[in-house]
Amino acid sequence: MRIRSPLLLGILIVSFGLGGCGKNGSANLAASGGKGTDNGRQIWHVGNGTEPQDLDPQAITGVPEHKLMMALFEGLASEDPKDLHPVPGLAEKWEISPDGRVYTFHLRPNGKWSDGSPITAADCVQSYRRILTPNFASEYAYLVYDYVVGAKEFYDGKLKDFSQVGFKALDDHTLQVTLKNASPYLMKIIGSHYAWTPVPVRVIAKYGPLDQKRTPWTKPGRLVASGPFQLKEWLPNQKIVVTRNPNYWDAANVKLDEIHFYPTEDISTEERMFRTGQLHKTNELPNAKIDAYRREFPEFLRMEPYLGVYFYRCNVSRPPLTDKRVRKALALAIDRESLVKNVTRGGQRPAYAVSYPDTAGYVPRAKLTGGLAEAKRLLAEAGFPDGKGFPSIELLYNTSENHRAIAEAIQQMWKRNLGVDITLLNQEWKVYLDSQHTKNFTLQRGGWIADYVDPHVFLEIWVTDNGNNDTNWSNAGYDRLFLQTLAAKDDQERYEIYQKMDAILVDECPIIPIYHYNRIYAMSPKVKGYYPTLLDNHPYKYIYLEK
Amino acid sequence: MFRFITTRFFQSLLALFVVISATFFMVRFVPGGPFTAEKAVTPEILRNLEAHYGLDKPLWRQYLDYLGSLMRGDLGPSFKYPNRTVNEIIGDKLPVSAELGLLSLGIALVGGITLGTLAAIKRNTWADYLASGFGMIGISVPTFVVGPLFVLAFAIHLGWFNASGWYTSADRVLPALVLGIAYAAPISRLTRGGMLEVLHQDFIRTARAKGASEARVVLRHALRGGLLPVVSYLGPAVAGILTGSFVIETIFQIPGIGREFVTSAFNRDYTLVLGTVILYAVLIMALNLVVDIVQAWLNPKVQLEA
Amino acid sequence: MSNAPSPAALAAVVAEPLEKGTSLWHDAWLRLRKNRLAVFGMWALGIIAVACLLGPFVSPYGYEDQNLDLGAVGPSGKHWLGTDTLGRDLLVRLLYGGRVSIAVGLSATLVALTIGVVYGAVAGFFGGKRDAFMMRTVDIMYSLPFPIFVILLMVFFGRNIILLFVAIGAVEWLTMARIVRSQVMAVKKMEFIEAARSLGFGRRRIIFRHILPNILGPIIVYTTLTIPAVMLLEAFLSFLGLGVQPPMSSWGVLIKDGAEKMEEFWWLLVFPGTIFSLTLFSLNFLGDGLRDALDVRSSKD
Repeated sequence: MRIRSPLLLGILIVSFGLGGCGKNGSANLAASGGKGTDNGRQIWHVGNGTEPQDLDPQAITGVPEHKLMMALFEGLASEDPKDLHPVPGLAEKWEISPDGRVYTFHLRPNGKWSDGSPITAADCVQSYRRILTPNFASEYAYLVYDYVVGAKEFYDGKLKDFSQVGFKALDDHTLQVTLKNASPYLMKIIGSHYAWTPVPVRVIAKYGPLDQKRTPWTKPGRLVASGPFQLKEWLPNQKIVVTRNPNYWDAANVKLDEIHFYPTEDISTEERMFRTGQLHKTNELPNAKIDAYRREFPEFLRMEPYLGVYFYRCNVSRPPLTDKRVRKALALAIDRESLVKNVTRGGQRPAYAVSYPDTAGYVPRAKLTGGLAEAKRLLAEAGFPDGKGFPSIELLYNTSENHRAIAEAIQQMWKRNLGVDITLLNQEWKVYLDSQHTKNFTLQRGGWIADYVDPHVFLEIWVTDNGNNDTNWSNAGYDRLFLQTLAAKDDQERYEIYQKMDAILVDECPIIPIYHYNRIYAMSPKVKGYYPTLLDNHPYKYIYLEK
Repeated sequence: MFRFITTRFFQSLLALFVVISATFFMVRFVPGGPFTAEKAVTPEILRNLEAHYGLDKPLWRQYLDYLGSLMRGDLGPSFKYPNRTVNEIIGDKLPVSAELGLLSLGIALVGGITLGTLAAIKRNTWADYLASGFGMIGISVPTFVVGPLFVLAFAIHLGWFNASGWYTSADRVLPALVLGIAYAAPISRLTRGGMLEVLHQDFIRTARAKGASEARVVLRHALRGGLLPVVSYLGPAVAGILTGSFVIETIFQIPGIGREFVTSAFNRDYTLVLGTVILYAVLIMALNLVVDIVQAWLNPKVQLEA
Repeated sequence: MSNAPSPAALAAVVAEPLEKGTSLWHDAWLRLRKNRLAVFGMWALGIIAVACLLGPFVSPYGYEDQNLDLGAVGPSGKHWLGTDTLGRDLLVRLLYGGRVSIAVGLSATLVALTIGVVYGAVAGFFGGKRDAFMMRTVDIMYSLPFPIFVILLMVFFGRNIILLFVAIGAVEWLTMARIVRSQVMAVKKMEFIEAARSLGFGRRRIIFRHILPNILGPIIVYTTLTIPAVMLLEAFLSFLGLGVQPPMSSWGVLIKDGAEKMEEFWWLLVFPGTIFSLTLFSLNFLGDGLRDALDVRSSKD
């Protein structure tokens, strides 16, 4: 027996220790220079997060679905591969009236669906009718009805006659859209968001009523595409294969033959697939792997700015967060430099203001300043010198390794710097969202990712009635400024108003900005024509592979 | 026997009804719904969504509607995957999990019972120590550790297999091994315990005294009684193994039903939760019935009582 | 679950007849002491338990003390088992985590054991309609969706360590009940039970003094299987928001974290994994020894 137990322990340790040898496998990866073409064929294998809900642009909500939409469908406008500004898509050109309220789109005369039938202005009108149909209940309908004249009334069922909504097919290839107000960032939404994507209404109608989500038109062999690729195969929870669409107007410039999208829900699994050469690109990279990649094969590691902000949301109706000095003290007492360097480790930028450091030319001037000394002063002023008498409050986050590490680090910072004790509470995702939307929290982790490149996205949500505010914070001055931005005559005037809004947010701290996101993933250096972009959108027709 | 099975069938039908009803109402009381999202949907949109899926009707009405469609064999649409029905999802994914499950079950039964029997008859020898050691390691090292370790060793380090996927027969090897070992370990422990219980009972002594060979004693006499605890364990274990493992299917990217048991609850996909629960309940009840019959067969003293 | 008596009452029922058999326990103890593996198991368990209880008082570090600039480093003279990614001492976190895991492991297993044994014994002994009803109830409990059940528990009763035991106990007793039931059904027709019946012994006495001692083997084995399952289940419950809240930890959570980082920071998996395995080995040795020691028949060999 004396020999046996250590022996078994030894076996155990060796089997655990095997993990340490894994690096040899990685060395092979580096030596090969990364995955290239499949025997000369341009087939791109890419990790895509989760299993998509559906491939109907009007019935989906998530990021993985969006990645697939970019392959299968094109909007009236499309995105520039480098800075994502709107470029001609299904429409070869468009005009905007001087008052900014009437958009006229000229569809390509040679524009075709993948079944060879023409893409017409009537198709577009029918598509917008579908997304606005109340029964159909599209989650993103508001991206259309917030802007177009009569659309909200139609969506609410008050207006039955769709011809009174601001969509008009002037002829087969001319579409006219009339807006409620001038909306300076609408073209960006049209270019970047699938809610505005025309769908093949005739085909959908073949498989069921237009106002039903459950129409099985998105299965392989049925789905008709308008983008550079068409659907070839959909193996649920395994992969989705798209292949060239020969009827695409710009087919000659599409370089990839196929794209294989893998729903890689487990990011450690995904990283291992990358190492065995099953993927060209992962969707994410586990935090613990960042340093190893940085050290051993930096050419595979990608860390790119991503238009989003990570923050803690204050419930301003719960004491002591009712006092803006307390909120600001908490905001100032976080050592963001140390946090991004030692905890998140992915080159994220510390956030001292809510708005992103550079969004389409907008750079917020407002900044959290004063540091720890100011934080202590504010806290004392609020009646809690050195944290004395500070009630125990809870910080709520959704279950995740990364959120937990950040919360643990900040908990310690507040304890050491301010003498403030908070407790941590994690909840399963939907319970957590329910707590957020019912404002059943004191402090809560949050994040906001932009759908299009405009400073508007980070500032609109803190307006009093916005469904995503969830802080109980309401500021009449802020709301007034927001209305002014909608009437601003140009971007410069608009951006100046945003500066004032950002200043109010920094002064009031209804939310505590922590860092601005980075997209972190692994990609083979043999993938070309792929540029870092703020939304992590990479129009596929420009991408190709080296051998 | 026939009476036993029919009585049991009707009992189980009643139990199934209780399971369905309890689950139907339980899922509705869980915070968050199928349309709860980070970017909150506006009240107008939420209203329309609920109308689209019939969630605006009173709960008792929805319950009756659900039971009605269930009678017709229709498990309803999935909330998360608009273009798929629950019937389709189960139909697509159950065979995958069942295939993996049967492979693993084979490994688990052959490995577990052999090792357990060996450990019991060679009690307190090196064979016992090795077999028991394997069992204990198998129990104390969870699948979420063994799985990645096997991938690192055999896929990344040695390059024998893909890191994940479910396309070729080679893709079956690693997941089946990992899952098989996870079940072989407790089976070997239970077999050893059950066999030890039986090996010195009077009828075994009698058989030995009559000059039966050791192999005959073990295989014909001892195993019958020794497997009783294993068989009880196997009822729920087989139901679990056939309906897939969340951990294994995630680590190896297997399109099985096991993941849906957990993710459907997280997605608040009400109909899919109910569909998977019904599937599991039917299996559990059927297998526990089989277990009771097998136990009566293994041990003539046990009577089938309905 | 609703028709199960309270755990305390059950414990009393189980304990009552056993207390009378002092000599049985005394003999068993003598036999156990001769079993070297079992003695090893006892010592190892004792040392681990004492270390978890007292170690944190001796350690210069707290379980939450971070050193962000240090980060994750391997074992050294300063940090014997290394530190985690936030620069926290792994040893002290393991010891604190051990308190949680051992407490959860033992108490939830005790709950499952008590309910399972009594429930299974009653169903198996009486048989008939009562058995059918009890076993269909078990089938129902097997089938209910566990994540939903746990979330509901939290919604209605708040977060509470007692709930943790309830949630775990509620699922873990089911298989125990089925195993005990099948064993009882096999044993109850044996001659010595018939003899006890003909002597006019009460049912309770027959079940607890005559039947249960004869099926201790599978019960002990399954109990030693339940403890690790419970400890790992705790990690899943932490995921759902029940269970320990950070910065406190448990073995299950530490192993789960370690598994995700094993290639970079091996010590985060190896040490928690080793102490977890060591505990389970010891429990199994002790369990096997206990089974042998309590086995009246084999002692005659």
